[in-house]
Amino acid sequence: MPEEPKKPRKIVPKKYPMPEQDPKARTKNFDEVPLGQDGQTAILEAQRCLQCKPGLNRKLCMDGCPVEIDIPGFIRKVQEGNFEEAIRIIRMKQNLPAVCGRVCPYENQCEGNCVLGRKNEPVGIGRLERFLADWERREMKKGKVQVPPSTGKKVAVVGAGPAGLTVAGDLAKLGHKVTMFEALQYCGGVLVYGIPEFRLPKEIVHAEVDYIRRMGVDIKNDHVVGKLDTVDELLQDYDAVFVGTGAGLPGWTGLPGENLNGIMSANEFLTRVNLMKAFKFPEYDTPIRVGERVVTIGGGNVAMDCARTSLRLGCKESVILYRRSDAELPARREEIHHAKEEGIRFELLAAPVEFIGDECGNVKQVKALRMKLGEPDASGRRRPIKIPGSEFIIDAQTVLIAIGQSPNPLVPMTTPDLRTTKEGTIAVDPEGRTSKKGVWAGGDIASGAATVILAMGDGKKAAKSMHNYLIGERSWPAPEVFEKLSCEM
Amino acid sequence: MNVEMQRQLGVMASAQSRWAGVLVTGRMRARMYEVVKSDKLTPDVIKLEISAPHIAKKAKAGQFIMVTPTEHGERIPLTMADFSPEKGTITIAALEVGKTTRELGKMKAGDKLFSLVGPLGIPTHLHQYGTVVSIGGGIGLALMYPVVRAFRQGGNKTVNIIGARNEKLLIYEDEIKSVSDEFYVCTDDGSKGHKGFVSDILKDLIAKGRKIDLVYAVGPIIMMKVIANITRPHNIKTIVSLNPIMVDGTGMCGSCRVIINGKTKFGCVDGPEFDGHEVDFDNLTARNRRYLPEEQVALRRWQEAK
Ligand SMILES: Cc1cc2nc3c(=O)[nH]c(=O)nc-3n(C[C@H](O)[C@H](O)[C@H](O)COP(=O)(O)OP(=O)(O)OC[C@H]3O[C@@H](n4cnc5c(N)ncnc54)[C@H](O)[C@@H]3O)c2cc1C
Ligand SMILES: Cc1cc2nc3c(=O)[nH]c(=O)nc-3n(C[C@H](O)[C@H](O)[C@H](O)COP(=O)(O)OP(=O)(O)OC[C@H]3O[C@@H](n4cnc5c(N)ncnc54)[C@H](O)[C@@H]3O)c2cc1C
Ligand code: SF4
Ligand code: SF4
Ligand code: FES
Repeated sequence: MPEEPKKPRKIVPKKYPMPEQDPKARTKNFDEVPLGQDGQTAILEAQRCLQCKPGLNRKLCMDGCPVEIDIPGFIRKVQEGNFEEAIRIIRMKQNLPAVCGRVCPYENQCEGNCVLGRKNEPVGIGRLERFLADWERREMKKGKVQVPPSTGKKVAVVGAGPAGLTVAGDLAKLGHKVTMFEALQYCGGVLVYGIPEFRLPKEIVHAEVDYIRRMGVDIKNDHVVGKLDTVDELLQDYDAVFVGTGAGLPGWTGLPGENLNGIMSANEFLTRVNLMKAFKFPEYDTPIRVGERVVTIGGGNVAMDCARTSLRLGCKESVILYRRSDAELPARREEIHHAKEEGIRFELLAAPVEFIGDECGNVKQVKALRMKLGEPDASGRRRPIKIPGSEFIIDAQTVLIAIGQSPNPLVPMTTPDLRTTKEGTIAVDPEGRTSKKGVWAGGDIASGAATVILAMGDGKKAAKSMHNYLIGERSWPAPEVFEKLSCEM
Repeated sequence: MNVEMQRQLGVMASAQSRWAGVLVTGRMRARMYEVVKSDKLTPDVIKLEISAPHIAKKAKAGQFIMVTPTEHGERIPLTMADFSPEKGTITIAALEVGKTTRELGKMKAGDKLFSLVGPLGIPTHLHQYGTVVSIGGGIGLALMYPVVRAFRQGGNKTVNIIGARNEKLLIYEDEIKSVSDEFYVCTDDGSKGHKGFVSDILKDLIAKGRKIDLVYAVGPIIMMKVIANITRPHNIKTIVSLNPIMVDGTGMCGSCRVIINGKTKFGCVDGPEFDGHEVDFDNLTARNRRYLPEEQVALRRWQEAK
């Protein structure tokens, strides 16, 4: 490799552009919206990085990454054009780079800390990660992934979402025998049933899962823990158990008329479309239907995904109904931007009060109230206040409820000595240990609905703690610790 | 730039970083579920015995499975008509109403199913009630068999009433009879047993002042509604097994929501059995018609392709 000249570079203020599908064209298909950069652009982007040294009294990119990727290290290799080494550095910490490079909220994570980002745009760390993972998938040979000799220890991982996949990958890398139990027919959790194809093609998730399988992880799909083996039964066969069952329970408004036909939870809508591929009906058998106007209730990533999916399924107008203002929309900015580009109508400062049906039991209208913003609430966001007498009606043939998910209750329900908080999450200590000896938990089931990278961060911490337990002394925190945790939270 | 790097860049530029062409699918699956026996009970009811030892070991009366026959298929719920931990098999019986059930109807011994999840739902609450009158209609008879068997094993006196449109459509007759203390057959056309509805027999038993501690009903929605209306004024506890449209069957989507005593419940995790006096049957009927046009498209397309 010829030496690159080391003279001080001029700062390039903006990220190199990411080619994207045209907004008009893309609302007619389910193909990915950002198209990815080529190798030349990746090298140029990497060259924007200042290669900061850690240790000084300031936060750097890697401090913002929950899985502790050596960011300057891999970027250095990209600068040199050594993609193979660059992805190897990422892989040391990150089991799902192609996924995180797409859906990580990097603006608040690694890129949010980038030194360059104070005056200019930060280095495009997410898109570099994505580039390398895509490059690897295309270029590198597939085969068994090297793992160290077996330790003879057996681990069960329940739930194959980002948290479970991280634990499985990390423990397999350390030579433990991992078996993963997943309720659905495919692995990936929200990555396969929730996040739509145009943001995260399912083939990519399958490829990442395949990588973990090639590390020797045994994956058992169609296996609902709690209905088949319970956690207690797993503990008889395995040295340790990790629970990463996610926040799969849909939230409802509880308003009159919610059970009318045409009203669905975001989970039902997205599961039909993504997991069951209803967008390819009748090539795939699962049906889905949207009317002329689709109203989505909520303002997070899930709501954006619903609204944008509806457009692609052919509705004439897709409306987001959110009770606060634009500034409070909890979705990632990039998603909001994409949604607006595609022509989604934002009906802000409005909340539904009733769903009105026709004589056949189909929804036809949403009755809503205008809101205004008051004082900040506990979450720091300004509280929405109803404006009396401001009712208005929107016609809608489909209504999607995207107002949040809560923890999946099945495992806690069937594991009597697993302590939960009043929100229904499993109580864990900072290492991810639960009140039950030998059982760890992490991801959305422990934190409540959060993000892919935080679930992976939890998985990392738990894997470390599980490894210590497996090879060392099997001590466990006193029960009081969890008693405190479960009432505090 | 060295040669390797140029090669890498060339590839990237031409492939435009799209993932197309890199096909790793979810098809590499550890488990497949083999059909070990396939029978036709009537011209349009299929009975399949499927190898699924892990499910058979845990299954209980009243529980169901979600089956996806092929990779492109729909996930549909079917109740287990039988299960044998010893043989490691479960049995399902399906009325061939649409595309997916007809696809199952074509399955032969040795064929493999893409996905099978279970046992799901809350098992029938078994208890020594006393006299249990169980009523089944149509395909409900297959679902009813393991439940009445369990009632009997639990020490109840079992009065079983079964019905179908005509004699040829009566299924599981011998099996149910074998676990009955009292047994009645009805057909709409009178080709066997009483000519008329299963509800006639129930009304008759009530009119005769028979002591009934529980009524269990499974069959068409309208049948269950009629039964619940008959028992309500007499305050006879009535359990019905509902069949809302499901997607995952594990409590994740709410497709299966039903209204019970004014409250929303999920058929798959809170049910499928509920107190018949609390069910909003009209809402269930409306909700089960949600995808009629699409179901017809799927069926027509499948028939044409054959
Ligand atoms: C529509 C949508 C869009 C999102 N967009 C983003 C985004 O852009 N960026 C981002 O960072 N985050 C996003 N999120 C959030 C993110 O996907 C989740 O925080 C993350 O997936 C949580 O990971 P997890 O591993 O804890 O759980 P999950 O991904 O929920 O996985 C849990 C797995 O456990 C399985 N399971 C459950 N119960 C059992 C059982 N009893 N036995 C066996 N298996 C079981 C489930 O089937 C599932 O596969 C989004 C979420 C949704 C719903
Ligand atoms: C808990 C439960 C247990 C059941 N057990 C049995 C059984 O043992 N034997 C049996 O023959 N049938 C059973 N059913 C009904 C069976 O699931 C439907 O007949 C089947 O899904 C029809 O699929 P199809 O593609 O062949 O027909 P379609 O043409 O798709 O549908 C025909 C009708 O079946 C219903 N249906 C369609 N899709 C679904 C779905 N995903 N989930 C539920 N209902 C649907 C609708 O009312 C629809 O109008 C059960 C249903 C439930 C909820
Ligand atoms: S995993 Fe997420 S936070 Fe970490 S480097 Fe990648 S994009 Fe940034
Ligand atoms: S903070 Fe930004 S500029 Fe500094 S090393 Fe990290 S990515 Fe490069
Ligand atoms: S079928 Fe999805 S929650 Fe019951």
